[in-house]
Amino acid sequence: MNRREVPPPLHYVDLEPFDPGTSEPQPADSEALANISSWRLMWRKFRRHRIAMAAAWILVLFYALIPFVEVVAPYNVAHRHNLFMYAPPQPIHLFHEGRFVGPFVHPYSFTFDQERFRHDYTVDKTTAQPIRFFCRGDTYKFWGLWQSDFHLVCPPEDGTMFLLGTDRLGRDLLSRIILGARISLTIGLVGITVSFALGLFFGGLAGYLGGWVDYVVQRMIEILRSLPELPLWLALSAALPPSWSPIVVFFGITIILGMLDWPGLARPVRSKLLALREEDFVKAAELSGASKGRIILRHLIPNFMSHLIASATLSIPAMILGETALSFLGLGLRPPVTSWGVLLHEAQSLAAIQLYPWLLFPIVPVVIIILAFNFMGDGMRDAADPYH
Amino acid sequence: MIGFLLRRIVTMAVSLLIISALVFFIIKLPPGDFLSNQIAELRAQGEGASAEKAAFLIKEYGLDSPIWEQYLVWLGAWPGPNGFSGLLQGDWGWSFEYERPVREVIGDALWLTLAVNLAAVIFVHVVAIPIAIYSATRQYSFGDYAATLFGYIGLAMPSFLLALILLFYSNRWFGISIGGLYDPDFYGAPWDWPKVKSLLSHLVVPTVVIGLGGTAAMIRRMRANLLDELNKQYYVTAKAKGMPPTRALLKYPFRMSLNPFIADIGNLLPHLVSGSVLVSLVLSLPTVGPILLAALLKQDQYLAGFILLFTACLTVFGMLISDLMLAWLDPRIRLGRRSR
Repeated sequence: MNRREVPPPLHYVDLEPFDPGTSEPQPADSEALANISSWRLMWRKFRRHRIAMAAAWILVLFYALIPFVEVVAPYNVAHRHNLFMYAPPQPIHLFHEGRFVGPFVHPYSFTFDQERFRHDYTVDKTTAQPIRFFCRGDTYKFWGLWQSDFHLVCPPEDGTMFLLGTDRLGRDLLSRIILGARISLTIGLVGITVSFALGLFFGGLAGYLGGWVDYVVQRMIEILRSLPELPLWLALSAALPPSWSPIVVFFGITIILGMLDWPGLARPVRSKLLALREEDFVKAAELSGASKGRIILRHLIPNFMSHLIASATLSIPAMILGETALSFLGLGLRPPVTSWGVLLHEAQSLAAIQLYPWLLFPIVPVVIIILAFNFMGDGMRDAADPYH
Repeated sequence: MIGFLLRRIVTMAVSLLIISALVFFIIKLPPGDFLSNQIAELRAQGEGASAEKAAFLIKEYGLDSPIWEQYLVWLGAWPGPNGFSGLLQGDWGWSFEYERPVREVIGDALWLTLAVNLAAVIFVHVVAIPIAIYSATRQYSFGDYAATLFGYIGLAMPSFLLALILLFYSNRWFGISIGGLYDPDFYGAPWDWPKVKSLLSHLVVPTVVIGLGGTAAMIRRMRANLLDELNKQYYVTAKAKGMPPTRALLKYPFRMSLNPFIADIGNLLPHLVSGSVLVSLVLSLPTVGPILLAALLKQDQYLAGFILLFTACLTVFGMLISDLMLAWLDPRIRLGRRSR
């Protein structure tokens, strides 16, 4: 057809053929976006969240260290330096008398002040003791399997390296913090696993069966949520018999933490299940003859799993804090086991803070981990709904 | 409204009943009880006569009967050695550790616990609301970022450690002794103005410490709520028609965003109460916290049981009040219930 035969319109009309693709500039990857899975979409969205990514990397770093804590720590947990009790932190220096010698520490010696009953340390600034790397130090049993004495960093020969000072028995605080990470970091994960399983089970039961089961579970959730957590934690951990070995106590505490945490996860599971059951895609699946199991596993669970994982991530910090608080009060883990809460237990008195402020240092990793989990959880929650 | 009130009160009574049973069984979980532990100790010291006295006490308090019977006696729903005498009749039980009735042991502590928690709730609201309004109306400003940072720190800082650090520095810099709730000079003194002033100045640190975590959470939620409302058409219309900005803000979006805020008291209270127990332990406040810890460790069952039940009551009553306020504030809830 010849274009000129069309009568000129009263208002301006572009006579070029309309192509929706070119008129509105679309993001270059929109074609690709429509075809990739929702998990990939979430990953894309999460990756754009800078702070959440940074937090995730910090957490990966911390958790990757867990199997190798003995190698990273300069000393063993139980290594007591009888001559260096309550020693203040030794800073690392790089330049000695104007000359670069690499990382080193100044040695110190102490005198006991009989009058004020405290240790006075004097730093000897004339000598530099270089720190050793990839070296042999305290022996330990690696993974409980074989003896080893390899460390990433070691104190100087015939010297000491207490980068964060020592405690009342002359044990290196930095090493104890690194080794305590193993317990403090796993307790959140084990606790959240317990709580996740309970929450999924009860929430799923309530949401799927409905009726009186739903009613009972909802009342249970309400009652557990109205109880103040800490007094209950106190009561339950006081109930753990003192004859139990520290490892059993550890599992007891995690189970207590998980048992009181599940209502927070069961509620969203229940309401999501109830809402999703009515969705069109479930009806479509039913009409095309999908079995109940397939609907639950293929259509319902993937839909709220991302939300659930995000909210679980956000409740890990509460558990880590819970363990820290309980151990701080002396009701949680007990001394042969080292966790950040156990370390802080020693910093409980005002005298300790005044005289030996470095004993408070375990707060720093606690705060870093909790912030990291919060930031990562926020990022995950934003990413959990990739289609919005 | 009355039907709604009645229904809420009945649910509350039922949950308190279940909580009381839960609490009692948790306390009885460790093997043995206060008196039999004491008997074993006395026997080990070769004091047979005192051991017999303790054995007599066991009979007296029915500690040898099955747990469910002990629970019902404690509740006052089963005749004990002294007939029906339990919580329902206003008898709070006997503290074996102090050898005095529970009521005498924790009388003052109860009021101080209430005072500290009330102060914390007020602190949370007074601080959180203005900050949330500020950071929502000036989104991405410096103040907004500062508030967010403050919120995250409040979230991540363990309250007991913050208490310890504040205790130390306020003592060193301002010379305030914050252990306890008033200066030692006032012990046993009558309640006059200087004593009240001392009490108020000592309440500041615990209130801030207990309330900080809750404040942080409140600011985040309130900011999100307000931001949602600020983008809605009615607010834009109100502003476009020339309503003064402050009035437009406070009259509509603020009231809308307040609803979830009040509903949130129910979530806030358990955290505040448990936070106050922990912080009281660190600051050695004469609230129920330290007494609870000692009672749990010594298995002083009636004392521990009563305190646990009391803390649960605080939160359950708080939730009831928040529900009632919500129903009063929001006609949708009030009328929705009635029409059903």
